[in-house]
Amino acid sequence: MSDKQRITVTVNDQEHDLLVEPRTLALDLLRDELRLTGTHAGCEQGVCGACTILVDGKITRACLMFAVQLDGCSVETVESLGSPDGTMHPIQRAFSENHGLQCGFCTPGMLMVTQELLRREPRPDAETARAAIAGNHCRCTGYQHIVASVCAAGRAMSEAEHQHVDRQDVEHQGARA
Amino acid sequence: MTDTTTTDPAAATGEGFRWIGKPVKRKEDPKLVTGRATYVGDVNPPGMLHAAILASPHAHARIVSIDTSRAKALPGVVAVLTGAEAAEVVGPMTAFCAEPVPQHAIAVEKTRYWGEAVAAVAAVDRYVAEDACRLIDVEYEVLDPLVDMVEAMDPAAVKVHDTLEGNVVFHADKSYGEVDADFARADRVIRTHARWHRMGAQPIETAGAVCSWDPFTASMTIWSNSSFYNFLPWSFASMLGISTSRMRMIPCAVGGSFGSKHLLNKVIAISGALTKVTGKPVRYLEDRLENIAANDNVGCDRIYDGELAITDDGEFLSLKLHCIDDYGAYFQFGPGQHGCALAQPVGPYRINSLQYEVSAVLTNKVQQGFFRGAGADHGNFILERLVDAAADELGIDRAEIRRRNFIQPDQFPYKIPSGNVYDSGDYEGVLDRALTLADVEYWRAEQKRLRAEGRYIGIGLATCQERTAYNATEWWFLYDNPPLPATSTPESIKIDIDAFGGVRAELGCPVWGNSPQTVASQVIAEEFGIDPADVSIEHNDSTSGAISAGPGGSRLTVMLSGAARGAAGQLREKMIRIAAHAMEVSPEDVELSDGVFRPRGVPTHTGLTFADVAMKAHLFKQTNPEGESSGLVATYTYDHPLASMPTEDRKDTGAFYPIVSHACHIPIVEVDPESGLVTMLKYYAVNDCGTVMHPKLVEGQVIGGIAQGIGAALMEEYRYDEQGALISGSFREYLMPSSHEVPEIVLEHQETPSPVTPYGVKGAGEGGRLIAPTAIAAAVDDALKPFGVWIDELPMTPERLVEVIARAEDRAEDEESGR
Ligand code: FES
Ligand code: FES
Repeated sequence: MSDKQRITVTVNDQEHDLLVEPRTLALDLLRDELRLTGTHAGCEQGVCGACTILVDGKITRACLMFAVQLDGCSVETVESLGSPDGTMHPIQRAFSENHGLQCGFCTPGMLMVTQELLRREPRPDAETARAAIAGNHCRCTGYQHIVASVCAAGRAMSEAEHQHVDRQDVEHQGARA
Repeated sequence: MTDTTTTDPAAATGEGFRWIGKPVKRKEDPKLVTGRATYVGDVNPPGMLHAAILASPHAHARIVSIDTSRAKALPGVVAVLTGAEAAEVVGPMTAFCAEPVPQHAIAVEKTRYWGEAVAAVAAVDRYVAEDACRLIDVEYEVLDPLVDMVEAMDPAAVKVHDTLEGNVVFHADKSYGEVDADFARADRVIRTHARWHRMGAQPIETAGAVCSWDPFTASMTIWSNSSFYNFLPWSFASMLGISTSRMRMIPCAVGGSFGSKHLLNKVIAISGALTKVTGKPVRYLEDRLENIAANDNVGCDRIYDGELAITDDGEFLSLKLHCIDDYGAYFQFGPGQHGCALAQPVGPYRINSLQYEVSAVLTNKVQQGFFRGAGADHGNFILERLVDAAADELGIDRAEIRRRNFIQPDQFPYKIPSGNVYDSGDYEGVLDRALTLADVEYWRAEQKRLRAEGRYIGIGLATCQERTAYNATEWWFLYDNPPLPATSTPESIKIDIDAFGGVRAELGCPVWGNSPQTVASQVIAEEFGIDPADVSIEHNDSTSGAISAGPGGSRLTVMLSGAARGAAGQLREKMIRIAAHAMEVSPEDVELSDGVFRPRGVPTHTGLTFADVAMKAHLFKQTNPEGESSGLVATYTYDHPLASMPTEDRKDTGAFYPIVSHACHIPIVEVDPESGLVTMLKYYAVNDCGTVMHPKLVEGQVIGGIAQGIGAALMEEYRYDEQGALISGSFREYLMPSSHEVPEIVLEHQETPSPVTPYGVKGAGEGGRLIAPTAIAAAVDDALKPFGVWIDELPMTPERLVEVIARAEDRAEDEESGR
């Protein structure tokens, strides 16, 4: 067995200082060492997308990356979504409301893909949403409700954004008055 | 305790329900969207070891010797087992066939398919376990592999199992009704061939088990994604050589099954054997290749010859089906998939008589398991192709010929020639609605317009049955002397109400992508007049003692509704008795509405709340009615509402799959004749699964099924080389639809409530996949009509389609030059 390497990685805003074997996959680091089991292993061949996480904001297949490659990176997994008070993230809520999941195994990957998409394309149309999830297999849903979920999440988040801006405006004006 | 409900008055009108049929929030979701559900890969008891297997690189070989010493010496390795060693601690895997086809989770003496396990390792992590597998030295004597089912039928062929006379493991030729007489009076006989290749369920989560043996109490705890823990727990216990009463099987969240995760003996046997020799918990979770190559994933692999006897008016008289089915190397479920096909061989049509011949053949490939449709998918394909061929030959419109032969609404309950019963239906209603929904006129005009531009679009049509809610007799009625002639397929639930009126239900089934939690909460809320959000749901394990067959055969919504209604009804009655006693009226005069018990017809009465009565039931024995036990808990087992025995002579299968849904699918495709590529343009479907329990959830099942049907029609296939090596062992080779291959699906429902089920619901889990492949085949040959193409083989991969077009063109040329 080869010597372990020291890495520093931030996962969902928490910094970890870790010793890892060079051959450990990023996926296994998250699931087995950090016990973040929301990220799933569907194929470990880079095909299904169930293991999708965001590394420095970019869509990444955790099964195709070694843990040591995460050194100095910031990782987001499905566990980053939602609040401890039980409030779901708007993406999670949209998936639930639009029945964008059945068994839920592909879902963490789908949610992370959606998170990345909505950051660069806040109001995707159905075609854009369909293209964004094309690299992620879902064997249950036939995708239609996932596409609807992605679009609904975009709508909900941009509306919330607007309301937020409106409220700020009001508060701002209130302060001036 | 069987609920023998007949027509539900509310169901008959489709109205009057408060929660049934409403798009309530899905209860399963919060855990799933937050990554908090526990799948088997997330189970991690202290000290757990990880298993890996060494797979056979040969499809057929004798194991001459195995040397595991180098593997055992590797640091981190705790145990290594060969097949022979494992067989000393666990028995062969449970099989439901009558023939002597023993199967061990790890091969003993001989490997019979590529990828079959020959040794297993338990180590501190999966990496070390896999390293150790590479250090196991196996000497094989390679035997001739049997890859082709027709060649395997040759009596001179090498045998897959020496315990059998040959490779045709099972043969039956059954006639139901006056087949000869019906053929004799026919004006003509329509014939077609059909070939359906091997496909597999391919859930995104593989199969696995964590087994934990306690040698000091001789008990085992098992976490797995198997669904039969409350149905056949004894079968696992006997395989593991332990007592059922000392085994606890705990369900996990299941990442999709589609029929492939009923038993999962292999993973349980392998981790069971390893935990028994190490005394530590062991997780064996397949990797993707192992799940594709060596599990219960594979559906039927069939060659059909079909004959439909008809009159010149297009009336169907009789049907003959001859089928060869490649079962692979073992015969785990016997001919059960043909039992299933016999639920609806004649589809929605009046056909007087039936001949059904099947030859089940063993070859050197992984064995068949179950895959959504379970053999009835192929049956729909051959039947609908015969119907289309009949229409084309007579020059009758494909929709019209169906209309002429549909079983009529006043003919239900309808007994088909082989004996199964269809409870209800309105097939013409569905057809008319689908033709309108799809605006077929519009697409015909489009077809014409685009053809002028050199583009080929096609419109398909299929009208098929979806048999739902199976009974166990389907596994064995094809046998004269069945090994296990079981007749029960129940579902159970336990409901308890706490002292403050909080309602909790324990289900005996897992969540494998369906929504049993939501359905149970809808039914319980309906019966108690409370909000489904206020019902908590748990899943019990195999120690529940109550039998639940769980999901499968599109049964769960029907059967779980029956169980939930039964248990809720018992508790409601008890609460009514207690409330009546307290209010000093008779129980018949008490009603429960909006969570309050009041004397009937006195809405101004303050009454007693649900919580008031619950507290009385829990703690006020002395002031409750005499003889009333304390507490509020009920376990209810709902048995099949409409099943009957096969006759002794097997001329009648009895009713075994009698809750029958129906649908009409109209896909629109475009075919590029150059490349053979089929593009799905649009998909219309009208579905009738009785009372719709939850519109969104049913829609999800149907659309998901159609997507799998698109895969079956166009791309999904197990492929082997001449040596029997699997060459489609990853999702790069075993192609499945991505979001780009599934078009917009437009879905509507017609509701023809079942007269025999709670609330009139019927199953809806398999219909999409049962119907889409044959509908798409019809669309493709409609698109390629100018070439004279006839589709009789699935999947229609581009390569295959190019060949079919070339053959059709050759035929046309031959005909021309002949003239
Ligand atoms: S598990 Fe990484 S892509 Fe499938
Ligand atoms: S919800 Fe099951 S794989 Fe997507």
